[in-house]
Amino acid sequence: MAEAHPVGFQWVMEAKRRGAKIIHVDPRFTRTSAMADTFVPLRAGSDIAFLGGLINHVLRGGHYFHEYVAAYTNAATIVDESFADTEDLDGVFSGFTGSGYDETSWYYQGARVNPAAGERDQWHDVFGSPEHDRATSEEESARRAEPETDPSLTHPRCVFQILKRHFARYTPELVEQLCGIDQERFHEVAEALVANSGRERTTAFAYAVGWTHHTVGVQYIRAASILQLLLGNIGRPGGGILALRGHASIQGSTDIPTLFDLLPGYIPMPRAHPNLSLDEFVATNAADKGYWGNIRDYVVSLLKAWWGEYATAENDFRFDHLPRLTGDHGTFQTVIDQIEGRVRGYFVVGENPAVGTANAHQQRMGLANLDWLVVRDLNMIETATFWRNGPEIENGETSPSEIGTEVFFLPAAAHTEKDGTFTNTQRMLQWHHKAVEPLDDQRSDLWFFYHLGLRIKSKLAARRFERDARQRERDRPVLELTWDYPTEGDLAEPSADAVLREINGTDAEGRALSSYTRLRSDGSTRAGCWIYCGVYAGEINRAARREPGEQQSWVAPEWGWSWPANRRILYNRAAADPAGAPWSERKAYVWWDAEQRRWTGHDVPDVDVAKPPDYEPAADAHGPDALRGTDPFIMQGDGLGWLYAPAGLHDGPLPTHYEPQESPLRNTLHATQRNPARRLYHRPENRYQPSGAEPGAEVFPYVFTTFRLTEHHTAGGMSRWLPHLAELAPAMFVELSPELAVERGLRHLGWATVITARGAIEGRVLVTPRIRPLRSNGRTLHQIGIPWHWGPNGLTTGDAANELLNVALDPTVHIMETKAGACDIRPGRRPRGVELHRLIATYRARAGITEHTGGDAPPPDNGLPENGTRPSGTDTVDGGEDES
Amino acid sequence: MREWLRWPVLRQLTGSDPLGRGRAARSAETDREYARTEDAEAVVGSVCPYCAVGCAQRVYVRDGAVTQIEGDPDSPVSRGRLCPKGSASRSLVTSPDRQTRVAYRRPYGTEWEELDLDTAVDMIADRVIRTRDETWQETDSDGTRLRRTMGIASLGGATLDNEENYLMKKLYTALGAIQIENQARI
Amino acid sequence: MSPDRPSEHPLFELERSMRTGEHARETAPEPAVGSSNGNRLSGPLADPSAEAGYSEQHPDRMGFFTDTSVCIGCKACEVACKEWNLLEEDGLELTGMSYDNTTDLGATTWRHVAFVEQRIDLSTRARVDIGMPGMGPPETATEEVAGSEVRWLMSSDVCKHCTHAACLDVCPTGALIRSEYGTVVVQDDVCNGCGYCVPACPYGVIDIHPENGGAFKCTLCQDRLGSGMTPACATACPTESIQYGPLDQLRERAEQRLEQLHEQGITEARLYGQDPTDGVGGDGAFFLLLDEPEVYGLPPDPVVTTRDLPAMACYALAAAATAAVTIASCFLGGRR
Repeated sequence: MAEAHPVGFQWVMEAKRRGAKIIHVDPRFTRTSAMADTFVPLRAGSDIAFLGGLINHVLRGGHYFHEYVAAYTNAATIVDESFADTEDLDGVFSGFTGSGYDETSWYYQGARVNPAAGERDQWHDVFGSPEHDRATSEEESARRAEPETDPSLTHPRCVFQILKRHFARYTPELVEQLCGIDQERFHEVAEALVANSGRERTTAFAYAVGWTHHTVGVQYIRAASILQLLLGNIGRPGGGILALRGHASIQGSTDIPTLFDLLPGYIPMPRAHPNLSLDEFVATNAADKGYWGNIRDYVVSLLKAWWGEYATAENDFRFDHLPRLTGDHGTFQTVIDQIEGRVRGYFVVGENPAVGTANAHQQRMGLANLDWLVVRDLNMIETATFWRNGPEIENGETSPSEIGTEVFFLPAAAHTEKDGTFTNTQRMLQWHHKAVEPLDDQRSDLWFFYHLGLRIKSKLAARRFERDARQRERDRPVLELTWDYPTEGDLAEPSADAVLREINGTDAEGRALSSYTRLRSDGSTRAGCWIYCGVYAGEINRAARREPGEQQSWVAPEWGWSWPANRRILYNRAAADPAGAPWSERKAYVWWDAEQRRWTGHDVPDVDVAKPPDYEPAADAHGPDALRGTDPFIMQGDGLGWLYAPAGLHDGPLPTHYEPQESPLRNTLHATQRNPARRLYHRPENRYQPSGAEPGAEVFPYVFTTFRLTEHHTAGGMSRWLPHLAELAPAMFVELSPELAVERGLRHLGWATVITARGAIEGRVLVTPRIRPLRSNGRTLHQIGIPWHWGPNGLTTGDAANELLNVALDPTVHIMETKAGACDIRPGRRPRGVELHRLIATYRARAGITEHTGGDAPPPDNGLPENGTRPSGTDTVDGGEDES
Repeated sequence: MREWLRWPVLRQLTGSDPLGRGRAARSAETDREYARTEDAEAVVGSVCPYCAVGCAQRVYVRDGAVTQIEGDPDSPVSRGRLCPKGSASRSLVTSPDRQTRVAYRRPYGTEWEELDLDTAVDMIADRVIRTRDETWQETDSDGTRLRRTMGIASLGGATLDNEENYLMKKLYTALGAIQIENQARI
Repeated sequence: MSPDRPSEHPLFELERSMRTGEHARETAPEPAVGSSNGNRLSGPLADPSAEAGYSEQHPDRMGFFTDTSVCIGCKACEVACKEWNLLEEDGLELTGMSYDNTTDLGATTWRHVAFVEQRIDLSTRARVDIGMPGMGPPETATEEVAGSEVRWLMSSDVCKHCTHAACLDVCPTGALIRSEYGTVVVQDDVCNGCGYCVPACPYGVIDIHPENGGAFKCTLCQDRLGSGMTPACATACPTESIQYGPLDQLRERAEQRLEQLHEQGITEARLYGQDPTDGVGGDGAFFLLLDEPEVYGLPPDPVVTTRDLPAMACYALAAAATAAVTIASCFLGGRR
């Protein structure tokens, strides 16, 4: 956190000053570790084992916050009897189909609940299978039924007991074995955590989003969530799980998603189903209880915002103008589709995949096979120049005259040259004002997409009579699209203020709406992103508020605007006990005022302010009204915090330790080496390495993890060009321990080459005691730290870490594993030209890598690698089969 | 005459600084020193463009150019502080290395070429329409509606404004382009 | 329990005081003006500005207290300084000295963050020598020393703005002066680049710019001070490691912080440059360190290089007088 978010870290220092204990858990000793009271080095990729150990400590010792757990979590809910745990099935959950999961056995007994996030399209549950076989009344009633519970938490199939059994083997000994954390240090952390949680105290978890960069990334976050729910640290001041995100508006670009599977406000993009109507879309994605029960209001208001007068009740509000998904259309699949010639045109806007995305070579292969590419950036980044000076050109693999991609580089306006909002990592929108005009051809992205849209619209309109009926029908969504933003100045810059107002939404009279609770599904309201509704309440741009922090309460509600409803802590109903009183004076945040008969407090209460704590819903209640007065998690279909996730995840309802896709170690917890549901792309440019006990794993004996430096930003597009940053971290380097330096003959400040099955990169060697070898599963394990900021352009240049990485994805969110890999390292610079390929080919051959390597299918009978020679397997740990 | 009275030796001999280590040795320029931010014609509220902490900035402008960017002490998030990247954001926006002109590379070309911005937008619009038509999928083989193009993709958004992401998603969706992604998944 | 009320939240105390200038000291007793040993080139000196001819209404002596125990090594100070003072980049060399690629202060680097990697014996809190960073391969692998842990020290160095500044004293042109804030600044328009100041500085701070030939160093942002602003480095510093304010207030704060750290068992914490009786009469920019000054690249016992100037001048005068007498007597003798 001190490394990548130094200004946010001031609050950690503030807490430390007031006596908080700071614990830092990381494979590397970083600037954060330097400030921590306790540093816990762990093996990259073993966090679930560590968090699982803490969960087990809490459960075994009875350290959980009993009242909180009983009232606010699904601990008491009984799970379907067909559920079987990884502890029963040696590393897989029930419902495993060989490549993924059928999740139905994970459901609650007698009831189904839609998740608040993640995959929600429960078409089969609602409408049965095959597709045309509509829902039976029995299934419909199951979805609406109340799940069975056991408030005593003793029923063997209640979530609490399942949790206890699931984590029972995550002992301090196991943590030591898998993570390399000695038991004394583990106990220190566990005891600190327990001592600092409860009525009077809370503990916060902060993670830089490296936690998500694993083939079990979502389950990392789930593990932390379980721990924090057990300790009563969610929805309370000083608690929570804080994602420290790395881009100015990465939160905003998730809320208003430039993401394939979402519409604004986390409404799922529709999937292709025969004759899918708006009603059916709502039925498959709504929750019966909670605020997702009102999804129809949100969807219709969005369709009205986009297609205006053309969207009417008669035509399903133009629901059919929305394109349909048929699978994973994420960025890695897209690049494969580029290589295969299916994707022909590509916009890259403020991002640098040629060096910034895992398996960068694969990315550039995609770029080189496009018809046209539009790159918009401040600087001449590698994604725009791959055809000129990319590694493939340098190595003589190809040349500009062999690359047919037409490239448009369009210079972008900077944040000081345009109006607009960023949403920070705490969901807070802040307006930045335009200070100066951009130069020459520099334009905001708002300008570009607005004028591109106008141009496309007018061209389609002009060609109307040349186009056949089917083409005209195809053009309707574009021609009917509301696109009438006022423009300003000589450049005809569209008004960002007007766009924000459209996002906020308007009522039938065209007045800005004050809250998403005002949205209606009858077509009378419009809103571009329902969760942002209220940012323009009272016709005031609340994101632009800058009431000085020191003139406000410590919650500072008058600075910017947070979604939803300017609420600064989500689910803050949990900050009060079931009766509505604060858990303690010290931790008071929102509470029920019995005299006024309303919720009040320091923040906007995350509950209907007039709903008393003793409210019990009527049998036929729907949506928010169907939640009890004690239910704090109002986006959940059961109003509860999920210790166990009966839906929404593709790799199981509970976190389980698996080894990373590529690991020198065998998974000793169970026979399943890797997350069995992870997503792989077996392709020539994306070969996987053997792991654990597989022959050839010893060729890549070291663990590596990629990281950020304070001095640079992401792939360097906004830092490598700046002299005052470039001079602070002026060269690509790798960090390693003195012990590894001796083992591999590496010289401090000399060159080293790091090799994986995808590529080899060079960097200068920083030998440092900050990196220490770990004892993990009975062997000494070395870890290497690799920053990922470099590329061939800019003031400081160097190889990109992403050349090394494979593409193996978390199955739920399709995020790749960059934080735990396996590699070899040797002294000296990497070879150039064909020699580089020869080096990688040699390694692939030595490790016996084939198109099957890294998958879970048993290898073909002969087990011969691509070059036909048997690998010289030595040094394997424990031997034997590790795959189920 | 007045200049002559400023002669350091005279001041040194006649004033309170006989050793000439302070007041007597001050030049007129030193006396005139003040922060260049005082000359700003406008001070504009902004937000740091790097990570997601969202530190508030004050952008000082003179003659249509950014002369300084400071942390905004009013912010309850950052209290006026900036990290090295945030502190370098004046350089980011005023960098002479920043591109100001469209650059065009024709298929199989070996060099960049100049291209007028308006022409570039027009050419891109043509390519979107052509690619969309060529790759349009109205239905799947079973006749289920798809209404999309799999020929156009987009990457980026995490460094942009919400309003920009909104227009992108809106336009792409209307065009039927679905492979729209950003750094949030990377 | 009451809902939100606007409050003067203590978290904003520092910002408030910086902005409103409410950091005026509370009637601290004024030590007698002038130095105890009679010369003006060394020893305690309560008010260097007055000494340099500024009237009684001159502002408080301002300075920096750099508390390295909360420095996170982000280098915001380095960048903020360069951005404000428009200093150029001065080298893209990877040094291998931990994360320090700046290495020292100079004409175009007025803030420098040092990084020191150590192993500490937990029981004695003493350094365990790890011979790092070395330029060659480690002789032998460093074995895990039981009961030891890694410590990473970071410290932002800057011009000390000495009470007795030798650079100023030796400057023949009057380019280096004492400001009304008690700081030491170079006047670009006066400096002729003679370079006398460079060897005079006991800390090796001031340097000649390789291109324009002038002497340059930290001015404590003289221009910003004139406009009521805080120096750029202290403004940016995310963790209040660099604190700016009236020197006597900073000294008080530093003593409190030191006491607090000692109570926490961090017995190695010490102040550096705060003592008005030291060889430079105390620094205007002083530090809280967690190890010997040498570890951070600071001289352990800096002495103003002009301390002996008066004595030397006396000797020189005496010698000259003797010579004159001798010469005169020769002439007189010759006449005889």
